[in-house]
Amino acid sequence: MNLSYLFDPAHWDFSDGSIPQLILSHLWYVLLALLIGTVIALPIGLWIGHTGRGSFIAINAGNAGRSLPTLGLLMLMVTLLGLGLTPVLIALTVLVVPPVLTSAYAGIRSLDHRVVDAAKGIGMRPWQVLTKVELPMALPVLMSGFRSAALQVVATATVAAAVGLNGLGRLLIDGLAVNDYSRVLAGAIVVAVLAVVLDLVLAQVQRWIVSPGLSKR
Amino acid sequence: MTTYLSNNWNTVLTALQQHIWLALLPVVIGFVVALPIGYLGVRFPWLYHPLVNVCGVLYSIPSLALFVFLPVLLGTKILSPLNIVVALTIYTVALLARTVADGLRSVDPLVVQSATAMGYRRFRRLTDVELPVALPVILAGLRVATVANISLVSVGALIGVGGLGQLFTRGFQLFYVPPILVGIILSVLLAGLADLVIVLLGRLVTPWTRFQGAAS
Repeated sequence: MNLSYLFDPAHWDFSDGSIPQLILSHLWYVLLALLIGTVIALPIGLWIGHTGRGSFIAINAGNAGRSLPTLGLLMLMVTLLGLGLTPVLIALTVLVVPPVLTSAYAGIRSLDHRVVDAAKGIGMRPWQVLTKVELPMALPVLMSGFRSAALQVVATATVAAAVGLNGLGRLLIDGLAVNDYSRVLAGAIVVAVLAVVLDLVLAQVQRWIVSPGLSKR
Repeated sequence: MTTYLSNNWNTVLTALQQHIWLALLPVVIGFVVALPIGYLGVRFPWLYHPLVNVCGVLYSIPSLALFVFLPVLLGTKILSPLNIVVALTIYTVALLARTVADGLRSVDPLVVQSATAMGYRRFRRLTDVELPVALPVILAGLRVATVANISLVSVGALIGVGGLGQLFTRGFQLFYVPPILVGIILSVLLAGLADLVIVLLGRLVTPWTRFQGAAS
């Protein structure tokens, strides 16, 4: 194993194409896609879960999302819309929507309906039931969906280098193109570590925002 | 799209065939490997949490990173289909080992005790009682793993072996939509078909799950 590229200090200054810069651009795509995808999917998922209307959409969205080949989606968007950030962001966002939507719905549906009835019984308005009871109690399921969406996007953002964007995939794609294995290895290691660390951070966030009453701590 | 299909029928068919192999072989191998690992996580309860964590970490490694990392680790050629098969097997094991453990843990202790009282030894009890009762959970995991594998294979096209993924890279290089669409549609159809087959097989091997309402 040749780790010279990874440990070469010249690749760690903040110049163009350096590792820290690629990490930042990678994270930037991931955060944008997660943000846009969640803004779209969360209200729909919560609404379907709260009203019980259109549940077949929520159930099938999860399956459909998993079966979409990410590389195909990415290349289709770029071929249709041209190179640039927008088509890639659309593809990444499309990947965020199904898991978030399905888990928001599943989180609310899995609640004990007596809890919801009790909330209505003490005089809560539908909006209060949703924001003060259903959403907080659905958070563990919702967060697991959000975390799998995040992993999916980190992985696919790597592939985005194949359609000319930055991000850590650059090290993999360019390294392969010039047979520089040390660079490929550096990219693989950094992106794997990034994915694991991001998941750990989100696990910690989940610990913070989920009510102690639910996680039994 | 139809003209593309009729002109490139053989290419598409070969890609589809390769896709099926690359996706389903790891499911079979992974399932066989995951069974004993998942069982260990139940047999030795202190192993359960480390197992879940290791599986979680393995599953979170982006596919392209694993595809290019494996040749370094295994000494295989970068273009060898073996890399894809091994990588997808790792994902399958990571997903299924946990599901197997969760499935076995979900078996009602009373059922296990009854089986023991009836004279079942540990191994027979596992194969004849615990595994069948855990099957619905395990099959649900198998569905997820199969569908995920089918969509992941395409990423392999970036390193030259990717079944239908090769239609994506070709279409992208030519900036030509039909092959990409054909690839996406076939991949989604294949995933849906494989999912359906597992559901039907599951019904066949767990006939009791359909009488749940009547039994209670």
